Amino acid sequence: MLSIDNLHVRIDGKAILKGIDLDVGSGEVHAIMGPNGSGKSTLANVLAGRENFDVTQGEVKYLGEDLLALPSDERACKGVFLAFQYPVEIPGVSNVYLLKAAVNARRKYHGEKAIAAGEFLKLVKEKVKMVDMKEEFLQRAVNEGFSGGEKKRNEIFQMAVLEPTLAILDETDSGLDIDAMKIVADGVNALRREDRSMIVVTHYQRLLDYIVPDRVHVLADGRIVKFGDKNLALELEKEGYGWIRDRLEREPGAATR
Amino acid sequence: MSAVGQDIEKLVKREYKEGFYTEIDSDTFPPGLDENVVRAISRKKEEPEFMLEWRLKAFRRWQRMEEPRWAHLRFPKIDYQSISYFSAPKGERPKSLDEVDPKLLETYEKLGIPLEEQKALAGVAVDAVFDSVSVATTFREKLADAGVIFCPISEALQEYPELVREYIGGVVPAADNYFAALNSAVFSDGSFVYIPKGVRCPMELSTYFRINEMNTGQFERTLIVAEEGSYVSYLEGCTAPMRDENQLHAAVVELVAKENAQIKYSTVQNWYPGDEQGRGGVYNLVTKRGACRGANSKISWTQIETGSAITQKYPSVVLEGDNSIGEFYSVALTNNMQQADTGTKMIHVGKNTRSTIISKGISASRGQNTYRGLVKIVKGADNARNYSRCDSLLIGNHCGAHTFPYLESKNPSARIEHEATTSKISEDQLFYCMQRGLNEEDAVSLIVNGFCKEVFRELPMEFAVEARKLLEISLEGAVG
Repeated sequence: MLSIDNLHVRIDGKAILKGIDLDVGSGEVHAIMGPNGSGKSTLANVLAGRENFDVTQGEVKYLGEDLLALPSDERACKGVFLAFQYPVEIPGVSNVYLLKAAVNARRKYHGEKAIAAGEFLKLVKEKVKMVDMKEEFLQRAVNEGFSGGEKKRNEIFQMAVLEPTLAILDETDSGLDIDAMKIVADGVNALRREDRSMIVVTHYQRLLDYIVPDRVHVLADGRIVKFGDKNLALELEKEGYGWIRDRLEREPGAATR
Repeated sequence: MSAVGQDIEKLVKREYKEGFYTEIDSDTFPPGLDENVVRAISRKKEEPEFMLEWRLKAFRRWQRMEEPRWAHLRFPKIDYQSISYFSAPKGERPKSLDEVDPKLLETYEKLGIPLEEQKALAGVAVDAVFDSVSVATTFREKLADAGVIFCPISEALQEYPELVREYIGGVVPAADNYFAALNSAVFSDGSFVYIPKGVRCPMELSTYFRINEMNTGQFERTLIVAEEGSYVSYLEGCTAPMRDENQLHAAVVELVAKENAQIKYSTVQNWYPGDEQGRGGVYNLVTKRGACRGANSKISWTQIETGSAITQKYPSVVLEGDNSIGEFYSVALTNNMQQADTGTKMIHVGKNTRSTIISKGISASRGQNTYRGLVKIVKGADNARNYSRCDSLLIGNHCGAHTFPYLESKNPSARIEHEATTSKISEDQLFYCMQRGLNEEDAVSLIVNGFCKEVFRELPMEFAVEARKLLEISLEGAVG
């Protein structure tokens, strides 16, 4: 599904990602963990197509195609979805209005005709229940005046409607209390499918109690320094990220791959 | 500037679909303005004597006045002697739609305003003004059944001279300002609306203004009178051919609302804006004012201003009646080299009067957009309230937004609130929309439409869709 090969990325001349290799198979859920500033969010944003990054080396193949060559809207139409860490507010534009525009943009891209109003309404009314929100949520302006939890739930709701092939969740757990996190995790779990892969970026292990990953990668200083199964996350929870820093200091440039 | 920023600049190029010219034989005055021209216009219209006297008085006052230059607008001095003050398609004024020149019908059809009643938007009566004359007015009989008068003002001067005489110049005096004085001297046509006591006008009324001839100014005059307890919703639209020369449009609109009457006045202004270098385009210098004469009356202005090279207008409400309400909702878009200095005046005279001002300015490319507004509360206007909100949205790095709110209160019980914001379409907003699959053009248009929502929802439904589309076209770029 997704294959990242030796990806190097700079922002304003500063190296942030220093050679990332990552393979995500169809239907797999991969967690990317790591301390603050390790490059987790950068990786998520580069994959989604944000423009203020320079890819200096490496390549990314998505469904066999050069992902980095596509503009962000085309990536989205081909099924790449980013659940934002900080979803923006769009005043005056209702949630349904944006979503309908998004659904129809995809349909147009694939040469299909626009969705019928009734069909669309039925779809969103069904999906909004998944994140435990009332229907009036649909008519509110995108993220305007939303609480932190509502914003994150809105991201999962959008994901449910847009049905991506590759979903990237960028610190979707940050700022959530335990109840909101459960709602978000239930939503995500309900969306797990054999033909849908997910990359879950998180600082903390606790989200992974609810969304159990197939693989866990530890990112530090722009490199993946350790990977393993779900137990690696538990290990990190116990020991923190300190040991990584220690090891990086002992063996500069060391990566366990 | 970032790559995204540059792309936005590219996006805001527009195509002006209404820029065609209709080949039609016209009876056009040679350029120039003196008393003889004023007399000739009045004669053409077969006006009663009082009207000619009124025009001549206005003309003499105008000659002693100076063109105002206090607005935040830059344009060359207008040569009033190089303009023709009257142009009309040749021949007798058609008595019914069947007699209207097919070329004219075709023109309006092309503009999306079919005049044949069976094709027209149900529920909307249209007065079509072509250069200096009204060429057709639809649904007149249906309106007459309800007692509503909706006709060209030139016709009203013949059919109901006393009614016109009673109200004309009553809200905007002949010498109110330079352009109003000019209009009073040379106005050629426009619409007259009279809603009798207690009548709710059964249709939306609409006037479509079209400038066609070259070097011709358009000076229309609209007068709407709503008697006690009546209601009317009125809409005007405007377009002009694309030309390298500038054209002058100096209109006057007067509204009178008596006790418990309501007037809703909407404008979708799409005059030719000029090209990217600022060549050509209409100078839109207009005086619009309404008087809430009676208690509990209400006047509401909604304007979508996307056209014209230069726009200067301040649709205002004088709140004379106790408990009367004035509203002003505005979207003004300036793209390329367009400049707009627009806003409103709310003059609170009666007790418990209320006014609301919502202004949305969008500046793109090198456009300059100014909000200028006055809220005045006179001494006797106890418990007057005003709420103003002025938001500016910038697209790209070379445009400008300016806000000049003036507040004058002589009454300590007044409550005035003013809010203002200026924002740019952020790269985060664009990226967010694009990550959901929208292309850049659709993303910009979605964000701009959201910005204007509070104003769009004030438009009659049929026109809200049109306004939204117009805004999209105005922001349309090379893509798509």
